[in-house]
Amino acid sequence: MKGLNLALGAAGLAVFLALGEVVPRLGLVEEAYFPPTSRIADALADELSDGTFWTALGDTLTGWGLGLLIASTAGIVAGVVISVVPYLRDATASTIEFLRPIPSVALIPLAVLLYGTELRSVLLLVVYASFWQVLIQVLYGVQDLDPVAEETARSYGLGTWARIRHVLWPTALPYVMTGVRLAAAVALILAVTAELVIGAPGLGQRIAVAQNSQAVPEMYALVVVTGLLGLLINVGARTVERRALAWHQSVRGEVAV
Amino acid sequence: MHALVVSGLRKVYEGSGRRVEAVRDLTFTVEAGELVCLVGPSGCGKTTLLKCMGGLLTPTGGEVRLAGEKVSGPPPGMAFVFQEYGRSLFPWMRVGENVELPLKQKGLSKARRRELVSDALESVGLADAAGAYPWQLSGGMQQRVAIARALAYEPQVLLMDEPFAAVDAQTRADLEDLVRGLWRERGITILFVTHDIDEAVYLGQRVIVLSASPTVVQEQLKVDLPDERDQLHTRVAPRFAELRTHVYEQIQSAKRGTPSLTKTDTPPPH
Repeated sequence: MKGLNLALGAAGLAVFLALGEVVPRLGLVEEAYFPPTSRIADALADELSDGTFWTALGDTLTGWGLGLLIASTAGIVAGVVISVVPYLRDATASTIEFLRPIPSVALIPLAVLLYGTELRSVLLLVVYASFWQVLIQVLYGVQDLDPVAEETARSYGLGTWARIRHVLWPTALPYVMTGVRLAAAVALILAVTAELVIGAPGLGQRIAVAQNSQAVPEMYALVVVTGLLGLLINVGARTVERRALAWHQSVRGEVAV
Repeated sequence: MHALVVSGLRKVYEGSGRRVEAVRDLTFTVEAGELVCLVGPSGCGKTTLLKCMGGLLTPTGGEVRLAGEKVSGPPPGMAFVFQEYGRSLFPWMRVGENVELPLKQKGLSKARRRELVSDALESVGLADAAGAYPWQLSGGMQQRVAIARALAYEPQVLLMDEPFAAVDAQTRADLEDLVRGLWRERGITILFVTHDIDEAVYLGQRVIVLSASPTVVQEQLKVDLPDERDQLHTRVAPRFAELRTHVYEQIQSAKRGTPSLTKTDTPPPH
């Protein structure tokens, strides 16, 4: 079953790539703007042998990783504090609902004003966008706390900190994982957007340069790279999730007893 | 000295304009080393009472004293076994870790913790299960783990809240014998809450019958069955039938709301 799915997936991809090769060659689309697959592959190979490409990739990954780390840490800490401190959740709910829908890209002018084209500009946008993903999931996760588990912990003398660490945190962990996975995808989008629009160093900026210099196949090659990055990030996040949540019902499945 | 004294306990729930008096006025004592069963009609506030005793709920009036000390939060000398074992054991910890966690909070040394954990698991017959996750075990085994966790905690008083209500009949009989065995072996004080009359008479040295909510003590009854009990013979003994009939009648009259006349006495043999 799994082998069949894999074969079907590979076949679908092959057809897609073949169409990308054939359609421009037949002149159905303008070849100057839609280069065939083989030319994009050539451009990609050129990129991979270029040192500045790897620097750009490193810059993008730095903005993404650092931003995600800051956003996750802040989201988790804020989520737990808001849930644990009485009344804080009700007091902050409306503010969160107001701030959360603001699109991060709307903050681009602010980022430019504050930090110009530095890494900090990218971080501002990445952190703002990913923070809410994590925070909201943590808030939901903490609500999932089982009263029986909580009472068990209290009856055995676990204090507030021990209950957070041994009961609340593992309860919220599946939600936290989902939040971080979503945030990782959003963070990549925002990192590339920031580079593209603001001109902070990274893959996005390289895409903009390729576009301005009419290097269309290179532009596509870079777009492909960002797509692959997104794919890798998602696969990686799911692997981490499965390992950390081996005990959870969603991962362990039904155990026959 | 009494192990446990409940005097004038009263609990009123208030919220959203409704006032529910769950427990009106409860007074009873449990001696050290005693096994006492609490039975009552369903919804009679047994769980409320137990949570007040365990320091998980603050009573509206009256007090609970454990070994002379007033209970104001979960006392270190008390361990709880909940009915919902599946939710009371943490699925993210292995069996051994579940049993060990409360001991870590007590600040015991690693060697002592290991000793207590393996001793407790062995006495419930799960010496091999320390490395398994709770959800890999059957329901009865999970409740054994919860009992082991309580034993390892070395409590003076063990509170059990309908612990076998969710397991099948055969497992239930095994677990009843396990509890009686552990009680005789270790000399701990056990307060066992159940809605099952047969279980109460089979297990207890004494049965406290509660009234319908708002709860008061309907009757206290000494179970004068021999200490050696087994599922096969005890349950068919004529005296067992008399006692269970008596408790049954008491609970029926508790449901109707008629107060009983006999208090703190053994019913005469018919």
